[in-house]
Amino acid sequence: MTRLAVDPITCTGHGLCAELFPEGIALDEWGYPLLAAGELPPDLLRTARKVAAACPTRALRLRDDGRAG
Amino acid sequence: MTAVTAPELTRGLLDGPGPSFAQHCAAHGPLPVVDLHTLVEEAGLAGRGGAGFPTAAKLRSVAAAAAATRKAPVVVANGSEGEPAAAKDATLLALVPHLVLDGLALVAAALGASAAYLAADEALLPGLATHLADRRDPVGVRLHPVAQVFLSGEESALCAALDGRPPLPRTKFPPVRERGVAGRPTLVLNVETLARLALVARGNDLAAAALLVTRRMEIAGTPWVDVVDVPLGSRIGDVLRLDDAQAVLIGGYAGTWVEASRAAGLRLDRSSLAPAGASLGAGVLAALPADRCGLRETAGVVGYLAAQSAGQCGPCLNGLPRIAAALDVLARPAPAPSGLLRDVERWSGLLPGRGACSHPDATVRLVASALRVFSEELARHGADRCSAHTGRPFLPVPGSG
Amino acid sequence: MTGVVLWYLNRATGITSLVLMTLTVVLGSVVRRHGRIPGLPRFAVQGLHRNVGLLSALLLITHVGTAVIDSYVDIGVSSTFVPFTSGYRPFAIGLGTLAVDLFLLVVVTSLLRTHLPHRLWKAVHLTSYLLWPLAFVHGITAGTDLGGGWLLWLVLGCGAAATWFSVAALGARRETPPPAERAEAALTATSTAMSTGTPVGVFRNG
Repeated sequence: MTRLAVDPITCTGHGLCAELFPEGIALDEWGYPLLAAGELPPDLLRTARKVAAACPTRALRLRDDGRAG
Repeated sequence: MTAVTAPELTRGLLDGPGPSFAQHCAAHGPLPVVDLHTLVEEAGLAGRGGAGFPTAAKLRSVAAAAAATRKAPVVVANGSEGEPAAAKDATLLALVPHLVLDGLALVAAALGASAAYLAADEALLPGLATHLADRRDPVGVRLHPVAQVFLSGEESALCAALDGRPPLPRTKFPPVRERGVAGRPTLVLNVETLARLALVARGNDLAAAALLVTRRMEIAGTPWVDVVDVPLGSRIGDVLRLDDAQAVLIGGYAGTWVEASRAAGLRLDRSSLAPAGASLGAGVLAALPADRCGLRETAGVVGYLAAQSAGQCGPCLNGLPRIAAALDVLARPAPAPSGLLRDVERWSGLLPGRGACSHPDATVRLVASALRVFSEELARHGADRCSAHTGRPFLPVPGSG
Repeated sequence: MTGVVLWYLNRATGITSLVLMTLTVVLGSVVRRHGRIPGLPRFAVQGLHRNVGLLSALLLITHVGTAVIDSYVDIGVSSTFVPFTSGYRPFAIGLGTLAVDLFLLVVVTSLLRTHLPHRLWKAVHLTSYLLWPLAFVHGITAGTDLGGGWLLWLVLGCGAAATWFSVAALGARRETPPPAERAEAALTATSTAMSTGTPVGVFRNG
């Protein structure tokens, strides 16, 4: 399944991702991203790709697990 | 005082005439040539490094990665023993080093590895070097010292250290079994797993059905620490003396607390421990005496665990110090500020799955079990009282005064 | 096109390029330092950095183009890419050529950012700290009418802003301790804050 994933070592909590994709990403009380669980709905894939491209440290990536569910 | 003995074993892991190569050969015979994958699968051997992952599956995935990338894999014997409460890896390497090295040679042969490493405490290396000199393994084993740091044994941190980098966990994409030491598929196995594997390869299936337990108890006020080889499924009450104990720490500092009365009846296997929120982990069983404060002990451990965070991931770096500081406050025999428990719960909820390794996950599990098991103690503290009749710490915390 | 028009266009685009490049560096520094511009969400600051940079690249094309077309000064097509080969003021122009070369690399790698290894993109992007001073020195040595007055103040202002924000961005790395020291520092800071009743604050991992 295709989903967004954060590399927690590279992520330094810039927070652009949550601004650009509030339906799928929130920020915890320290400014680090909380990703919604589950597979990305197909209509949000384009947005997800754009958000991943916007991450200043490229910590946010689109990942394909290759498994269903 | 009667010594507490472990249940009887046939051919236990630590039994043997001595650590030398000659003694090893006399006791165990030559290294056999075997179909390792099948043998390990049939024996049902699982890792003894803390995660308990099926060894056959690990072997298969490294073999698959090696075939896919066309790179010869690397095998690593992990004797780091980052867990301060455990002593089994050091004991194993001192008493039966050749069983460990046999296991390493067997996996190296089965996988066609191009390099083999044994990582252990610096102090053990000179002795190990002497033992290595007596062997003629096809793939020479390189010894590597490990820092006495909690995360030094974490797979990706260990591989980074073997590459000459700081011993910090790395991102799991890709995992070390695909890209580890020198960019090669890497198999990391605990030294105990390898020793058992060496016995399984010689036809001793029982070796896969036991584990090394580091016991920590107090008997009539005197500390007792030893390492025993115990069959899986043994009753904890038969392994540990629990007369004067209030709770048992199962697994190690990455493990959990269980009240003594319940722990006595638990068996050392996944099906019995899991419903109690526990797992075998690094094989530590510590019986907390009744005259200690469980919250004070846990606060000390969590302070250590927080200091040992690699500091690479935001949630862990922020959550663990706050939880540790809160536990310090809760460990005092005084009413805690209102909302502190709620804060600990909230911070704990923000950590699992959000780090590059499972360090924060394990720590919040330990904290949750402590708050549950020592809830009466918490109430006592709220009334300015405490169970502790001695200031002597029970659990060893490196670096504390 | 008459020579005078080309000359004015060249000077105008040169000055405007410098101003926009300065703004690009400032915005990049703000992003690097996790900073905010009041009223703007973070993605807007980053977007501005990107768009102002692209705009200054466009202006640069005109600036370089007018210099080449203008037959009054001997600046050939090859000297737009190969530094120090122009007939007119080879050193001063050469600095500008170097800056353009680096700027081209930065723009191309940034447009292809998601298809390149992050480390490669970052290494090229860091050359921005070099390319801005090159452009600046080019501007004051190749330009002929700095004189006094508002232009001088504008150029000095750009220099001050670029220097200040560049130093701030480069120094950002040293504000967070190395990983090995972070956990202990966080613990100390937390217990101090908790015991004095002050808020704990966020610990950065980079």
